[in-house]
Amino acid sequence: MSVKLYIDAITDAMRQEMERDPAVFILGEDVGVRGGVFRTTQGLIDQFGEERVMDTPLAESAIVGVAVGAAAYGMRPIAEIQFADFILPAVNQIISEAAKLRYRSNNDWQCPLVIRAPFGGGVHGALYHSQSLEALFYHIPGLKVVIPSTAYDAKGLLISAIRDPDPVIYFEHKGMYRLIKDEVPDDDYVVPIGKAAVRRDGTDITVITYGLMSHYTLTAAEELAKEGISAHVLDLRSILPLDKEAILEAVRKTGKVLIVHEDNKTGGVGAEVSAIIAEEALFELDAPIARLGGPEIPAMPFSPPLEKFYMLNPDKIAKAMRELAAF
Amino acid sequence: MAFEIGETAVKRHRHIGLTDQDVMNIYENMLLARVLDERMWLLNRAGKLPFVVSGQGQEGAQAAAAYALDKQRDVILPYYRDLAMVLAFGETPLDILLANFGRANDLSSGGRQMPGHFSARRHRIFSQSSPVTTQLPHAAGIALAARMRGEDLVTYVSFGEGSSNQGDFHEACNFAGVHKLPVIFFCENNHYAISVPLHKQIGSKYVADRAAGYGFPGIVVDGNDVLSVYAHMKDAVERALRGEGPTLIEALTYRLHPHSSDDDDRSYRSKEEVEAARARDALVTFRRYMIDEGVLTEQEEKDLRNRLTQDVDRAIEEAERSPLPAPESALNHVYADGK
Repeated sequence: MSVKLYIDAITDAMRQEMERDPAVFILGEDVGVRGGVFRTTQGLIDQFGEERVMDTPLAESAIVGVAVGAAAYGMRPIAEIQFADFILPAVNQIISEAAKLRYRSNNDWQCPLVIRAPFGGGVHGALYHSQSLEALFYHIPGLKVVIPSTAYDAKGLLISAIRDPDPVIYFEHKGMYRLIKDEVPDDDYVVPIGKAAVRRDGTDITVITYGLMSHYTLTAAEELAKEGISAHVLDLRSILPLDKEAILEAVRKTGKVLIVHEDNKTGGVGAEVSAIIAEEALFELDAPIARLGGPEIPAMPFSPPLEKFYMLNPDKIAKAMRELAAF
Repeated sequence: MAFEIGETAVKRHRHIGLTDQDVMNIYENMLLARVLDERMWLLNRAGKLPFVVSGQGQEGAQAAAAYALDKQRDVILPYYRDLAMVLAFGETPLDILLANFGRANDLSSGGRQMPGHFSARRHRIFSQSSPVTTQLPHAAGIALAARMRGEDLVTYVSFGEGSSNQGDFHEACNFAGVHKLPVIFFCENNHYAISVPLHKQIGSKYVADRAAGYGFPGIVVDGNDVLSVYAHMKDAVERALRGEGPTLIEALTYRLHPHSSDDDDRSYRSKEEVEAARARDALVTFRRYMIDEGVLTEQEEKDLRNRLTQDVDRAIEEAERSPLPAPESALNHVYADGK
């Protein structure tokens, strides 16, 4: 056990799984000699060689499509999409192929594939290096989608994703790579896909969130504690499948719920979480379900004031939490 | 049709290493596909099958290509017209019909996919979807996986010339070219993407011209010339197994039927054009070659056709008798845990 950066936990998971299972390999742009533009694959080519840490042509549909074929034929590929924003050329391969291969072949073929994609804003990445795209995929049966918010989860969820027999999209927040660090076991371990985690126990309001917003929410919760408001915080960790039981339990805990995500609100994960609560726990509620997300604009602009306007922060979240507590 | 080698006249198929029995096998494969395809149209027009997508006119190229592959070693990623190819790889007329009738024991998908979406892991036939060309990167991926696992094989992936305009064609060819993967890209150029003729589809004369851009050979072959297709395929297979990388083979064929049972080709091509293509059809020309060369007699051919027709008719009866899937089985196999 040692304190590790979020990014190092990701690298550790890949290294340990590649040591354990020769079927695991990485492919993507700049993942080899360069060690990834963010350094998530740094050093792996030296240990495993250029075939298992494969620099590919700049072509996302081929990265995923080749990985689908390799996964069906006994390998465990980890396909890296350099920025989540660039996953869109591969969406046909993800939704038409990876997600449906088992189903359409009546369980004859399978696709144990991990797609890693750095997402999220606040890094001066502008429109096309900042997006949160999980809502595009959480609608698709056949896929799994995870978004770790701690170094511990980053490693445990990535190991789970690699061992999973079905395609998993693993969104890692690029703003957290070197911002977040926590205790990470040196040995391998798994964090199960589909299980949320209570990050803070509280009695007045419940906040359901994930990704970088989990940290911002915890910061906001500490502020509110000073004002005498006790917040219960649930980190979803998995977007598909959602941990319905944990969501309902968190709602019952306080009767007031706020859902927070960096992605814009319309059709976001919060919409589904709200619907689950409305369907199954309406009479547990003491206030209308509240949601806080990014503004309804196409993507995050570049100029600092514009980017800051887009991004949520602990103050904006604290404000929404106060309003809910006061209802 | 005979080659002169030294002083001995050698039948053309022997010249490329095929015995009389080999060409009989190829012809039987072509003919079975044709008989089955014809029956499926009849079933469609009789209201028994909602949809048919046809490979008629392309069987010669497919059967020849299949004969150059090793059914135990290689993996095929066919497209929806590759009926002769999948029959060669072990699917039976019953397998095809169970899929067409949407029956529970359909090998390809348990009644989930439209007809023509072949798949059977036991026969080394990969599953396909309907958005075209997605199978090309998969062919590169399977070839890559095989190399990493230390297996020698070839992946055969087929597609129409229309599909050659998709990004996945370019991305897969380029990837396979960079990594010298043992992939055979087999373009069945039937000259129409539904209604759009070849000259409105591609800017170059041939699809195969593009191979140069990916660093591997591109070969144009008359798809009705069964022996020529076989010879080029065999070369491509050997080249792939030697580790020299992919080959793009463009077989010039013709789609004798409308795109599907829901299409009407009279709106975009003339009857005369189709009739001219029928005269060049490999089922006609290869049959003539075999009879001319004394490999097959008229009577043997007639007997073969009757036998295959009876086989297909029996398969139709069995497929129609087979149970439909239970409605709730639609929920199965979304994920590995069965839920």
